[in-house]
Amino acid sequence: MDRKIYMDHAATTYVKPEVMDEMLPYFTDKFGNPSSIYFYGREAKEAIETAREKVATAIGAEPSEIYFTSGGTESDNWAIKGTAFASKKRGNHIITSAIEHHAVLHTCQYLEKLGFEVTYLPVDQYGLVDPDDVYKTITDKTVLISIMMANNEIGTIEPIAEIGRIARQRGVYFHTDAVQAIGSMDIDVKSLNVDMLSLSGHKFYGPKGIGALYIRKGVKIDQFMHGGAQERNRRASTENVPGIVGLGRAIELATATIPQRREHLTQLRDRLIKGIMDKIPFVRLNGHPTERLPGNVNLSFEFIEGESMLLSLDLKGVAASSGSACTSGSLDPSHVLLAIGLPHEIAHGSLRLTLGDDNTEEDVDYVIEILPDIVERLRQMSPLFAEREGALKNV
Amino acid sequence: MYSQKVMDHFTNPRNVGEIPDADGVGEVGNPRCGDIMKIFIKIDGDVITDVKFQTFGCAAAIATSSMATELIKGKTLDEALDITNKTVADALDGLPAIKMHCSVLAEDGLRAAIEDYKHKKGLITEDEMSKPHEHDHECADDEAANG
Ligand SMILES: Cc1ncc(COP(=O)(O)O)c(C=O)c1O
Ligand code: FES
Repeated sequence: MDRKIYMDHAATTYVKPEVMDEMLPYFTDKFGNPSSIYFYGREAKEAIETAREKVATAIGAEPSEIYFTSGGTESDNWAIKGTAFASKKRGNHIITSAIEHHAVLHTCQYLEKLGFEVTYLPVDQYGLVDPDDVYKTITDKTVLISIMMANNEIGTIEPIAEIGRIARQRGVYFHTDAVQAIGSMDIDVKSLNVDMLSLSGHKFYGPKGIGALYIRKGVKIDQFMHGGAQERNRRASTENVPGIVGLGRAIELATATIPQRREHLTQLRDRLIKGIMDKIPFVRLNGHPTERLPGNVNLSFEFIEGESMLLSLDLKGVAASSGSACTSGSLDPSHVLLAIGLPHEIAHGSLRLTLGDDNTEEDVDYVIEILPDIVERLRQMSPLFAEREGALKNV
Repeated sequence: MYSQKVMDHFTNPRNVGEIPDADGVGEVGNPRCGDIMKIFIKIDGDVITDVKFQTFGCAAAIATSSMATELIKGKTLDEALDITNKTVADALDGLPAIKMHCSVLAEDGLRAAIEDYKHKKGLITEDEMSKPHEHDHECADDEAANG
């Protein structure tokens, strides 16, 4: 295998050299604990505050509204549990969508066990939440709305501005998981009326295990990590200084190049979708045709299963992902694909290719070139395909 | 995660296809849990002389289908019925734990094809045909976290 093509950027990205270069001194020379008052500590503290400013600038927030966490999952957990617990006296109702990341869904399911009521709003065939549904579902017990900015599987971009307007008007806190959106679209938390926003370093060429939660000034939220006085008493634990420095540099780079990235990825994305759909029959595009992340391609290939497609692609050097049950270890295919109305067997045949900065037209053309044979080979083995051919022959 | 043998049978599955005048046909599985296997057998006396399969499923499902067909070719019906999913998995140098359920498909498919043959021959009644395993996916809580 000589070619290696990474097309799973929604799962994670590599760390850009500029990012790593900035991080490295904080492992060695500048190793101080930011809480220490001597030089080593002050140096680390300053680095954290610089990174905080960069994160704030990237999303239109104040630095004092940014809190560093261990990643997207912790940010989601904190935003949801923290506001739910802090608002207990006002109400116990939470609104979210059926297609959120498990970091949101499983957190909500946990809160249900504690007596909270959660509405999981359905989405349409493209994965869009209807802001009208949000509006209608709000009751005087509703304390939080959590709707993701862009979906990690099908790339659908949700109407966050409209939902934000509704939430603000009705006085309900609004959290958005923007983990997949950073670097792909402009985000301004103030004009979007977002009260809390989750982000994660490893989705935009920063390190893993570092993220942030934006908490608008004035939002009542319980502490999540109890312990020391770090992060202005709101998130205990000695700061991951190299991670924070990397996150800061990565988000700065990612947001400075949004227009170029969008143009590059959109062009590759549309070429890939068209190339595959022109060459292979019985394929459907999952997600929205235009309201989608520039790097996201999600297709279902009828009559075949996703894991066998992934493995075949892997043998040809292409790294991708699937929403098939066979890749999840569970009985069911992706909850997102089921929520947009796909029958189980179509969801099983899904393939997600997520493009990144380093992908080229040649990469895309290579996938378009090898995929038809892979799909054809698996279809030739499939009883579902044989039955369909039989059915056609019999007509 | 897969053994070389699994990869070999996945990339070069043996005995793929249909037998139009099969003596027994078994179809098991459920598109709901991602796997369907169809197996066709040709019988001479009580020996399985030819076998073909079609599978909709993961690499483990395809490889176990392929290996199962290899194991039963030329065997008597009784010998074939002795083959369990574990025999098939062992012949493939093992399967990852979360993929063991895929090998049950091959065992069930094989049994269904043999029973279909016996039923057609009037050797057993409808009631005597066994129900396929209830697939127990013990890994049902173990969801992927692939971003
Ligand atoms: C939408 C979304 N939310 C949350 C997460 C979790 O982030 P992390 O892996 O940093 O915990 C991910 C990806 O893993 C994601 O895609
Ligand atoms: S057929 Fe689904 S896991 Fe093997």
